[in-house]
Amino acid sequence: MTAAIEVRAVEKRFGNVGIIRDLNLSIAQGERHAIIGPNGAGKSTTFNLISGHIKPTSGEVRLNGDVISGLQPFEINRRGLSRSFQVTNVFARMTVWENVRCAVLWATGHRYAFWKNVDSLPEVRERTARILEDIHLTHRRDVPAGLLTYAEQRELEIGITIAGGATVVMLDEPTAGMSHAETERAVSLIRRLTEGRTLVIVEHDMSVVFGLADRISVLVYGHIIASGTPEEIRRDPKVREAYLGEEAH
Amino acid sequence: MTTATTSVSGPAANAAGENLRFYGVWLAGMVVLIVLPLVFSSGGSLTSFSLIGIAIVFALSYNILLGQTGLLSFGHAVHYGLGGFTACHVMNAIVSHGWPIPLPFIPLFGGLGGLGFAILVGWLMTKRAGTVFAMISLGIGELVASSSLILRSVFGGEAGITTDRTALPRMFGWTFGPQIQVYYLIAFWLVVSAIAMYALTRTPLGRISNAVRDNPERVQFIGYDPHVVRYLAYCFAGFFAGIAGGLAAISFEIANSAYLGAIQSGLVLFATFIGGTAYFFGPILGAILVTYLQLGLTSVTSVWQLYFGIIFIGIVMFSPGGIAGLVMMHRPLLRAGTLWTVIPSYLVAIVPTVALGCGVILVIETIARHSGGEANAINLFGIAFNPKSPATWIAAAVLVAGGSVIARLTWRRVGEAWDRAATVARDRGYLA
Ligand SMILES: Nc1ncnc2c1ncn2[C@@H]1O[C@H](COP(=O)(O)OP(=O)(O)OP(=O)(O)O)[C@@H](O)[C@H]1O
Ligand SMILES: [Mg+2]
Repeated sequence: MTAAIEVRAVEKRFGNVGIIRDLNLSIAQGERHAIIGPNGAGKSTTFNLISGHIKPTSGEVRLNGDVISGLQPFEINRRGLSRSFQVTNVFARMTVWENVRCAVLWATGHRYAFWKNVDSLPEVRERTARILEDIHLTHRRDVPAGLLTYAEQRELEIGITIAGGATVVMLDEPTAGMSHAETERAVSLIRRLTEGRTLVIVEHDMSVVFGLADRISVLVYGHIIASGTPEEIRRDPKVREAYLGEEAH
Repeated sequence: MTTATTSVSGPAANAAGENLRFYGVWLAGMVVLIVLPLVFSSGGSLTSFSLIGIAIVFALSYNILLGQTGLLSFGHAVHYGLGGFTACHVMNAIVSHGWPIPLPFIPLFGGLGGLGFAILVGWLMTKRAGTVFAMISLGIGELVASSSLILRSVFGGEAGITTDRTALPRMFGWTFGPQIQVYYLIAFWLVVSAIAMYALTRTPLGRISNAVRDNPERVQFIGYDPHVVRYLAYCFAGFFAGIAGGLAAISFEIANSAYLGAIQSGLVLFATFIGGTAYFFGPILGAILVTYLQLGLTSVTSVWQLYFGIIFIGIVMFSPGGIAGLVMMHRPLLRAGTLWTVIPSYLVAIVPTVALGCGVILVIETIARHSGGEANAINLFGIAFNPKSPATWIAAAVLVAGGSVIARLTWRRVGEAWDRAATVARDRGYLA
């Protein structure tokens, strides 16, 4: 079976600085894959490279076997890859309901339609309502997204990301800044909503990572130093030295 | 289960009430349009109403860009003007070829003129938003305005293109000679355009335009190309601006380079912004106010542009949401029943504010008269002030100084009363 995501020999330089160096990554269909690494290792940059937000200097990215590096983000999204952002990135002046609904529109085939009333599209309404239910924001549906609490915005961020029904979902530190209780809730939410999809997640909370991931890749200075099951990663001496070692102190 | 049913029936009942109110507002608007010329039937007021109607269509079309899609254009009058020229040429062609197209269809051709140019230049213009778009729109505006003086065969040079609306085939026996018939033609197109533009905001494209306005980056990650969204919005804006230009061509029976120049582009930006871009009805209020001021102020003062500037700065500084924003701010208080607690402080604050306004007017008019070498009296609410008399200067100084000091204090009180009312409204769940 072709991998959901295949990153081959990707390099990314900003000016003279090589941020991503010879990145190779293979994520199987339906896998829950966590990317961990110290601050500034290039995790978000990797997300940006895969989702088309920035273009690799060299190398290629494949989604379900097709080369996607060089495509626009919306083209990649239409092929079934969706991502969230580390810094909340929602439609601030629009209500929670509208935020999620906008994320549903393309996937339900309504595209740029200017001859349809958006309020009388039953499948759009039902799907939006279901997602709001899923992210526990039904009671806040008419609040502008910019006025939500931080944790609520993070949940909305996840809701927007999964609303289009992408088969590959990438979440960049979805629980960052959340309290313990909020984190637990968010993790069970993520587990449920990504059922049957491929999940790529960047996360600093090791209990989340080891509880959720089927496989883990460790990124240090723009290079993956180890990739394997949680058990393998835990035992890997390079990882212990470069990353987990610091954490353990 | 019970919570599920109440949460369904609650909003549903609400929605029915909202629906009723929604259609009520639109119906009321139409009734006003029909009745207005019967109440104020002088030729002057009919012309004013006609101009206001055209300005509303134009401002609403501008808000498709500014308020809906977040595109600040300095050249929107290009589409208005080209709509006007297209309408004039089509009218003349109809007359000379004897085509059976009556006048009421002409604004549609104006719209197509505006749309055609939008289709042509829009793709390039909307590649980027923000400053880049604003600058390109300014450039295109200047380009078209200056070409209009060069391409004489199309734009008729300084004189423009004239036409005769009464020479077209009749419809329902209307000649469209009398202003009242022109008024109703404009009112008809105003209603049709306003409904169409409102409907546009309720479509998938309309919603995504808002998303592009709020966050063009994120839009790309939900499957949309913000460039396409901006382009389509631009085309719609061009189309409705063209309709407004066509209506103007019918009303004045002429199209000239002033239609598509920077002043016209500035006026529509001004009207839309003053009215408020965040609500659909904002530009309607703005267009009414600005047209009314333009017609009213030019006859009472020679420096009316100065007042426009002051109003604009005042709105930008004190109410960036425009008049509509100011009005809608009060809605949660009204719903929570706490609005009455703010009203007294408003009434107190209005007195020094009006005094300050009068002082400013006195200062401006005195200076204008001195530099213009005029000596005619300044008439303020029926009181005549002699611009040469020191008493006038003292009055002006006292009004400005006293008014601004007291106004500051009283508006602070308004702020406090407002905070208390908002807190209560928030506790009652009417404010997020
Ligand atoms: N557009 C850019 N231009 C220049 N440098 C950049 C750019 N984007 C990222 N970088 C640099 O690349 C490095 C990796 O950043 P990145 O955001 O990918 O790290 P990260 O692993 O996500 O870190 P964190 O855990 O803090 O989120 C950082 O040193 C950052 O300063
Ligand atoms: Mg990061």
